[in-house]
Amino acid sequence: MDPLETTRVRGDFPLLERTMNGRRLAYLDSGATAQKPTCVIDAEQDFLTRSNAAVHRGAHSLAVEATDAFEAGRSAMAGFVGAAVEEIVWTKNATESLNVVSYGFANASAGLGGSEAERFRVGPGDSIVVTEMEHHANLVPWQQLALRTGAELRWLPLTDDGFLDLTDLTEVVDASTRVLAFTHVSNVLGTVNDVPRLVERAREVGAFTVLDACQSAAHLPLDLRELDVDFAAFSGHKMLGPTGVGVLYGRKELLDALPPVLTGGSMITTVTMEESGFLPAPQRFEAGTQPVAQIVGLAAAVEYLSEIGMDVVAAHERAVGAAMLEGVASVPGVRILGPQDPAVRIGSVSFDVDGVHAHDVGQFLDAQGVAARVGHHCAQPLHRRYGITASTRASAAVYTDREDVDQFVAALRDVRPFFGLDRGTP
Amino acid sequence: MTDLSQLYQQVILDHAKQRVGEGTLRAPSAHDRPAGFGSSHQVNPTCGDEITVEFGTATSTDPPLVWDGAGCSISMASASVASEMLLEQGVPGFRAAAPAFRELMHSRGRGEPDESLLGDAAAFQGVSKFPGRIKCALLAWVAFEDAIAQAETTKE
Repeated sequence: MDPLETTRVRGDFPLLERTMNGRRLAYLDSGATAQKPTCVIDAEQDFLTRSNAAVHRGAHSLAVEATDAFEAGRSAMAGFVGAAVEEIVWTKNATESLNVVSYGFANASAGLGGSEAERFRVGPGDSIVVTEMEHHANLVPWQQLALRTGAELRWLPLTDDGFLDLTDLTEVVDASTRVLAFTHVSNVLGTVNDVPRLVERAREVGAFTVLDACQSAAHLPLDLRELDVDFAAFSGHKMLGPTGVGVLYGRKELLDALPPVLTGGSMITTVTMEESGFLPAPQRFEAGTQPVAQIVGLAAAVEYLSEIGMDVVAAHERAVGAAMLEGVASVPGVRILGPQDPAVRIGSVSFDVDGVHAHDVGQFLDAQGVAARVGHHCAQPLHRRYGITASTRASAAVYTDREDVDQFVAALRDVRPFFGLDRGTP
Repeated sequence: MTDLSQLYQQVILDHAKQRVGEGTLRAPSAHDRPAGFGSSHQVNPTCGDEITVEFGTATSTDPPLVWDGAGCSISMASASVASEMLLEQGVPGFRAAAPAFRELMHSRGRGEPDESLLGDAAAFQGVSKFPGRIKCALLAWVAFEDAIAQAETTKE
């Protein structure tokens, strides 16, 4: 029994019909970017064909229609992640979302934003805590904030089996900690982190929490209110939507106080030659023309996922992930990075092939029609922790099926022999 | 021959395994560098591959070059081939081959390698069909060019 009806789902993704290098395409790079269902492609095209106009300005009917579509997208996204509508800020991507928060703190630390923003000030004697498994997008902006403000950057280390090592949690996150920024799911290890425990510790010491939800938003039911984080960031293109649009979530009272980073048109109340007042969230963070057609497409994507049901999506991907884990583990000379238990991770498996560099592994897989990610996956410290510079990652999405997994595992089995190494015994 | 076997020619796979010039870096500190010594560290930021090459001798018993790196078979084989060329034909031979090698890499599979000039480096012809791998092939060559230039400027 396949509750998801994978065959029907795959029919919604025209790109999956392609062949690659003479083979059936097994697209296993959804962790980098997901393929798009027809409804998303159509929604974007329909908007541009029939409804395109400037939003939040102009009084003509077309502008009203475009604004309605734009704001309906915000409502759809808010409903999808358990947030209030005004807690959803559109950005270019998750990287921008995280930078809006970290630079917002930097602006507050420089005295911008008045007394309302004092709560975001960091400086010498304060600490900012991240983890060793962060994507560079949730590490480098915090390094920059530390450099700019004189705060200390700390991090929670990793265990050998791919979990956050929380042994010293109370020492690392202490009374000096102002920000705890961490990922919901590791983009390399697939590990689902213990968000409640981290949030609880941050609350105890009065630190703000910033969640990178890029690898969870399209794969697990996500309720940001229930997770109780202060800020969260994720991108549209990883969740079946178009590129060019990301989301910043923040508690309303925090967003209204955080100094904006991008300033200019559409985010102001009154402007004189001397000074300007800013709108409340979300508009205060949406300076300039927004990616309206992409937002309309992203709204179609979350409606598509909601229709299937994120619990069904998660169960499907857990089954696919379990098959991938089992398949990869059965190939001699291959080491899986991260937890071996499919119940504590998403359907994304990174691995190291003994004696063959990840780039060469990916090239060989590509020749067999398998699209996998190779390299450091924007997580160099994580790879350094496990003694490697790069790995290969096969990552699933709602449309991934057993045939993808079988094609991938069969190709992986031939990698070491192709490069003149033992096939070995399992 | 498939594109894949053109990319991974036996010569390349052999050089990736039996690497000419690979060894322990001498890494003299900045104020302790002998004259005629150059060192260059190059990184391919897209995949994290890296290499450090040293050119020139610190003592009379030292080999004239050594490199240490981590990367794919294309980048490691390329470092080995470049080393072999430098050891056998010296800087003039390497300098003559480098532009031809670079041109071959950017030929999108249409280049005809001059085997008398390039030697084993001609086997990298298949790499030029894979735009994502050109940087891998050029990494060590860039490093050696840089290290040689440094070595020349510090000669007394």
